[in-house]
Amino acid sequence: MTEPTTPEPPGADVAVPHPVTASIVLGAAVGVFGISFGVLAVAAGLTAAQASAMSLLVFTGASQFAAVGVLDTGGSTVAALGSALLLGARNAAYGLSVSRFLRGRLGTRLLASQLVIDESTAMATAQADPAAQRRAFWWAGGSVFVFWNLGTLLGALGGDAIGDPETFGLDAAFPAGFVALVVPHLRSFEGRVAAATGFAIALLLVPVVPAGVPVLAASVAVLLGLRTPAPGEDDPAAALSAPEPGPASPGGAGADPEGSS
Amino acid sequence: MSWAALLGLAAGCYLLKVLGTVLLGGRELPAPLSRCVALLPAALLPALIAVQTLSTDDRWVLDARAAGVGCAALAAWRRAPFPVVIVLGAAVTAAVRALA
Repeated sequence: MTEPTTPEPPGADVAVPHPVTASIVLGAAVGVFGISFGVLAVAAGLTAAQASAMSLLVFTGASQFAAVGVLDTGGSTVAALGSALLLGARNAAYGLSVSRFLRGRLGTRLLASQLVIDESTAMATAQADPAAQRRAFWWAGGSVFVFWNLGTLLGALGGDAIGDPETFGLDAAFPAGFVALVVPHLRSFEGRVAAATGFAIALLLVPVVPAGVPVLAASVAVLLGLRTPAPGEDDPAAALSAPEPGPASPGGAGADPEGSS
Repeated sequence: MSWAALLGLAAGCYLLKVLGTVLLGGRELPAPLSRCVALLPAALLPALIAVQTLSTDDRWVLDARAAGVGCAALAAWRRAPFPVVIVLGAAVTAAVRALA
């Protein structure tokens, strides 16, 4: 993986999802959950305008469902905010992760920050080089943003024509999609160990800590990166992010966001 | 929910995102830390998969989702295209649910 000119070295030709198609498919599934969110938010006492404002401004599905879920079951506003922020905390780790390829103007990075969620991080980091990662980030984040907000608006205005997403197995669509997007991370030995450790940590913590903490706590699995890789061993930093293209490269830092989202 | 609480939540969630992208991220790191950051998705995505597939609230649950995501994992391993993986995961889950 030291040759950036070789996109797929022999024996490691993992299929990297094509970001445009994949983002639209993922966005469509998110849209159905957006409808559910809109319906639930209004049932929990929010106005349609508040439901839509929440999807535009909070834009973190798990946090939003947690917030209105707590309110719907009679919980206090403070409890609702606490649950929501705990679930949103993993976005800080995602933000750190995407900051490796989201370089550029501060304004662009502040705009991109709103799109930092499970889906955009997963889609972007599955790509092989920084230009593809940026492109996938904007496509996935943009697609999910549009579908999530359209869905919320429809649901909040009473358009619950689709019904329970679980009837269609759509709750499993997200882990299924993340399985596909995690495959490129399993190329390196350290990636495989981090994946197994993260999976185990989260699963073990589910019964004992509040929602949001298991995934966040899985971050400690990255500490094995502190180990110095043996010469010739796969380096995860090299495996998933080829060196930044030179200043003359057309795919460089200035090429992205306006045209693609 | 009041507008003040809603806007407070929005500000909090945005700050968490910006904490990663701008406040902590976007700078050169020593090689060991850079390797750790590079491993974040490798650790967090399987954690998310575990929680979304094998739990409901704070309980472990083995249900139709495990069958769907298991089939999706097999398809992903056999290099099926992304839309196939995601549709298969949902369809198998729905089918098992309908039969159960």
